[in-house]
Amino acid sequence: MKQFLVFVRKEFLHISRDVRTILILLLMPIVQIVLFGFALTNEVQDVKVLFISNESNETAALINHRILSSPYFIPVESQASATEAENLMKSNQVSLIVNYSRNFNETMVKEGAGQIELIADGSDPNMASAILSYSSAIIAASIKERMPASLENMGKVSLSTELLYNPQMKSSYNFVPGVMGLILMIICAMMTSISIVREKETGTMEILLVSPIRPMFIILSKSVPYFILSVINLATILLLSVYVLKVPVTGSLFWLVMVSFIFIFVSLTLGLLISSITHTQVAAMLISGLALMMPAMLLSGMIFPISNMPELLQVFTKFVPATWYILAVKKLMIQGLPLISEVTEIAAMCPMAAVFLSLSLKQFKYRLE
Amino acid sequence: MFGIIGPDGAGKTTLFRILTSLLIPDSGEATVLGLDVVKEFKKIRERIGYMPGKFSLYGDLTVDENLSFFASIFKANIKENYHLIEDIFKDIAPFGKRKARDLSGGMKQKLALSCALIHKPDILFLDEPTTGVDPVSRREFWQMLERLKKQGITIVVSTSYMDEALLCSRIALFKEGSILSYNTPKEMVSSFENTLLAVSGENMPELLKMLRKISIVKSAYSFGAQHHITVEREENKGESDKVENRENVGNGNNIEKTNREIKLQAVIANVTQQLQQMGASSFTIKEIEPTIEDCYLELSSVK
Repeated sequence: MKQFLVFVRKEFLHISRDVRTILILLLMPIVQIVLFGFALTNEVQDVKVLFISNESNETAALINHRILSSPYFIPVESQASATEAENLMKSNQVSLIVNYSRNFNETMVKEGAGQIELIADGSDPNMASAILSYSSAIIAASIKERMPASLENMGKVSLSTELLYNPQMKSSYNFVPGVMGLILMIICAMMTSISIVREKETGTMEILLVSPIRPMFIILSKSVPYFILSVINLATILLLSVYVLKVPVTGSLFWLVMVSFIFIFVSLTLGLLISSITHTQVAAMLISGLALMMPAMLLSGMIFPISNMPELLQVFTKFVPATWYILAVKKLMIQGLPLISEVTEIAAMCPMAAVFLSLSLKQFKYRLE
Repeated sequence: MFGIIGPDGAGKTTLFRILTSLLIPDSGEATVLGLDVVKEFKKIRERIGYMPGKFSLYGDLTVDENLSFFASIFKANIKENYHLIEDIFKDIAPFGKRKARDLSGGMKQKLALSCALIHKPDILFLDEPTTGVDPVSRREFWQMLERLKKQGITIVVSTSYMDEALLCSRIALFKEGSILSYNTPKEMVSSFENTLLAVSGENMPELLKMLRKISIVKSAYSFGAQHHITVEREENKGESDKVENRENVGNGNNIEKTNREIKLQAVIANVTQQLQQMGASSFTIKEIEPTIEDCYLELSSVK
């Protein structure tokens, strides 16, 4: 046991001597959260809207007022015609054009019909669809109000959409779980595997193996510091997302932490597995980069929805630990579901850890190859 | 102190790794301290010290941290065993707070030796400890080994420097994974079977070519500023000499020496004549004592 503690202490010394790496490890979650939170946003924000209306009418005035009272739109003061408006859009001075048809107010009140043209810039499709859906929701609500009572009950079916759990379509709700998965994976798997392989590369493993220390201890003591680092990062991410990005932890914090521990454990065992099959730090880094990070980013549903993938890939995503973790975090953090609904995810991750651990213990050489 | 002498690529490091239980031999068996290196590797690992050829300590840890780390994973107490390493460690002790990677080559070597010794191993394996070390540090290092030997630690050391072989109690000449010969350095030299001559003169490269053409010259190779040639002792003639010797028991030694002297002169005259026939001028030939290197070259050329 004393040997084990000495070993852990040595690992901490290694980490503390390498200031640059430790800074990267501790700052990475902060940078990622800030980047995803503020730079890579596809939320509707500061949309420059231009209204085109040929005559003054009450309904249009109401709709305009409603749109502008939303914090996401700012008006463009211009009396432009439809063609001029298009030029304004080309020069990026306008992002949304609301064009009312002739005699909009009259037809509206009398017949309950009328046309409003919404024009958005399709060169940024995500942004355009977000703007359109948001503005048409406002318009629909306003029209309903102005509809004459006689026409209201004519059996017209109106669609009403509501976004549960994330009414403002904040992208941070999606990427906070993703970033958590990604960062825990990088630190646990990549750093653990690199630090073990480094001993092989520098030749110190030779002396360690000749010593009476149990090889199990060598491996375990390598994971302890990175486990602690991961917990620090987990805390950083949660604090940042709650207080800076305003993503609440709606479910049980305790179980969120527990699920994270399970995921950290899975990642650690993956790191051990990588370290036992590679001989150089570069190889360890490439394997953890390609085999772990890419799937964790692209196949876990963090960036691209899994339901949009071809079926073969969908099956493949089931074997990416981050997929399950991100799902569980979404359920616990965003949806606030009770523990019972995360049983599948936990049940998927535990056997993964067991398999990776037994594989890496089996693979670990008591000798040099 | 046992020396394993062989050139690069002879398999010295592999042999060490097998003996330290790091590798499983493809065939054959080995025991260290009476323990089988494959089956009883755990027991072996409790009792040996190993210093690999490559500097294998933690460069980012300080001298003191390295020593105390290796002491504790080998379950040793630094204070208890300090007398073992005192002699070596006292030179680097003032740099205790310095990172191991910032030490000079000789100091790194001393630190590595200290770390391998701190748990008082029964047997110490040193794989090419002096490769790439300056001559002064090399000599110092061997003096340290000499003192360790006196403290009762068995040392197995490998080297590609033939001159270091003389400092070992016994040596094995090693080539392509097998031992050519195994003896004390003194015996090794005296078992040299041929007559060794040193030739030097003008235009050495030309001289070497000529020497190789002479039929009685078994091998010729350049050795420093000279060429060494080996000439077979004529065994048949030797036998008849011995008969003669028995007849003159009284001063046999003298006669034998004289006989040897005469034969040597004959050989030298033979070589000289042939060289002169080939047009060489101004060279000298004299007999010399073989070194370990000559032994190695002789043994490795016999195949």
